[in-house]
Amino acid sequence: MTEMNLRDALSKGLREALDTNENVFLMGEDIGIYGGPYAVTKGLFEDYGSEKIIDTPISESGFVGAGIGSSMVGMKPIIEIMTINFSLLAIDQIVNHAAKMHYMSDGQLSVPIIIRTVTGAGGRLAATHSQSFEGWYASVPGLIVVAPSNPSDALGLLRASINDNNPIIFAEHSMLYGVTGDVPDQYYETPIGLPKIIEEGNDLTIIAWSGMIPVAQEVSSKLKDKKLQTEIVDLRTLNPIDFELIFNSVKKTNKVVILDEYWETGSFGAYICSVIQENCFDYLDAPIAVVNSLNIPMPYSADLEDEVIPNTKRVLMKIDELLGL
Amino acid sequence: MDKQLAKKYLLGMLKIRQFEEACGRMYMQGKIKGFLHLYIGEEAIAVGSISELSEDDYIITHYRDHGHALARGMDPNKIMAELYGRVDGSSRGKAGSMHLFDSNLHFMGGHAIVGGHLPIAVGIALGLKKQNKNGLVVAFFGDGAVNEGEFHESMNLAALWKLPIIFYLENNQYGMGTHVKRSSANPDMLYKFADLYGMPSTKIDGMDVLTVRDSTREAIDKIRKNNGPILIEAMTYRFRGHSMADPSAYRENEEVQKWQKEKDPIELFKQYCISNDLLNESDFKSVDDEVKEIIQECLNFAENSPLPDMSVAKDKIYNIN
Repeated sequence: MTEMNLRDALSKGLREALDTNENVFLMGEDIGIYGGPYAVTKGLFEDYGSEKIIDTPISESGFVGAGIGSSMVGMKPIIEIMTINFSLLAIDQIVNHAAKMHYMSDGQLSVPIIIRTVTGAGGRLAATHSQSFEGWYASVPGLIVVAPSNPSDALGLLRASINDNNPIIFAEHSMLYGVTGDVPDQYYETPIGLPKIIEEGNDLTIIAWSGMIPVAQEVSSKLKDKKLQTEIVDLRTLNPIDFELIFNSVKKTNKVVILDEYWETGSFGAYICSVIQENCFDYLDAPIAVVNSLNIPMPYSADLEDEVIPNTKRVLMKIDELLGL
Repeated sequence: MDKQLAKKYLLGMLKIRQFEEACGRMYMQGKIKGFLHLYIGEEAIAVGSISELSEDDYIITHYRDHGHALARGMDPNKIMAELYGRVDGSSRGKAGSMHLFDSNLHFMGGHAIVGGHLPIAVGIALGLKKQNKNGLVVAFFGDGAVNEGEFHESMNLAALWKLPIIFYLENNQYGMGTHVKRSSANPDMLYKFADLYGMPSTKIDGMDVLTVRDSTREAIDKIRKNNGPILIEAMTYRFRGHSMADPSAYRENEEVQKWQKEKDPIELFKQYCISNDLLNESDFKSVDDEVKEIIQECLNFAENSPLPDMSVAKDKIYNIN
């Protein structure tokens, strides 16, 4: 085991891919000479050169499409979109093209690309730079969406993504790059589609992913004061999802809270809620609580931002209100 | 130009013409559904340009894609079965008219979002260049696409990265029902967009298959030498509506008839063949007979192909290999 932060785990995975697969190249805005807006690609340009680490113009649709096209003739591009907010400029390429190519060509063509992008709020970047669209992408058949919350999953999922032949949205939360954790020294992959129980408990289940995991952990620690044992399920992947593990946890605890940084209306968390109530209705002792960001464009001012994002206080209130705990 | 080549061009264009006419008929009979965009009038571009490509080269195109697919040699049976939504179609009935694919022929799709395939053309060329492969990419698009951001992003990237692409602008003068004069600020100079990206470009008569052929050949030579992209604007006209759902209220019948009478690419080429003693009326008849047989066969093939079941619908959403 080696302790490292999530940023370094990703960087390790990218270097590995560049070292072992001659068709891998990286492409994105300021990932090269500048060193990467979030420094994940720092030093790669110096070590691998401009053929492997391509600085692109600010043309999200253009370079995502270029990645798609190159993958259709044998390349394995790892594309960085600086933030998921800017991915909206490439949404035609992602949703209309990457997600459909394999299906519409009936398997003649594949689009094995990875789109790394930064999701989430918390940096006081205001309404256009604080959104969490990974759930949107997860709703599109043909796309895979992963959203790791810790260094070992980040590396394991990046490895699995590199060995996968589908278009993958690899959502990295801006507030998690500095999170540290132990990473195994021997090679491993984290299977795409498999959630993980990161804390075991019998009293309630909290389902979360990405930037909501630290909130879930804080809530769990507060509930311990009330002698309540929380089970935390980290989804890790939003599409596909192996629901069995989730159902088993619900059947054990009978109470569910879902944390989703997206707005209340039309959230991915609400989808998870509906799947659980269809499959586990008889096991539920209370309504399923879904805690989202408030339906407000993200305000800049610090106290306001903290209120809009699901926070420990608001989650505890909801647990008190709906679950009676 | 010899007799055999003349026959090849005539057959290529006539095959597209009659295939499209058959599609129109079958649409009226309810055999083909959805959006159907016919290439009638524009045949010289597909045949003149694609006949110059090698098997290493790649084609990507828009939703008016039957002509390009046929010119590349895609099996008419598979195309017609796809239009019928049958299991023997090129995508087993999952994609339809606007989305024909044949990866063996490097025919990388008809694509139905205006301009959306142009960044992908850039990527195919980038992939070829990175793997030191010989091929180049021909990307067909219409005058409607030049007002999309994806066109300009693609032009810039292709020029910046010096990629082997022919941007083939089929200017049929209407983006759906809107004339290019009502959609582009400088409608007579669309090919000049290339200047801004330091890219060579030319504007040609797209109704003359030999002009198209020669201009394409020249562009290919230049690309092989300089390894950068080129834009060709081919002036053309679609004789039918935008799609089968088009009431054609936006243009005068006289305008359509004038183009059909004076600029029909097939008639123009026939005249050329006669005045140069290449082909005569009996040759025309034998080509026509050959094409009629191909069309009848593909209609029979499509008619006899079974409908796909739900297992087909659920297949190939993800690549599970």
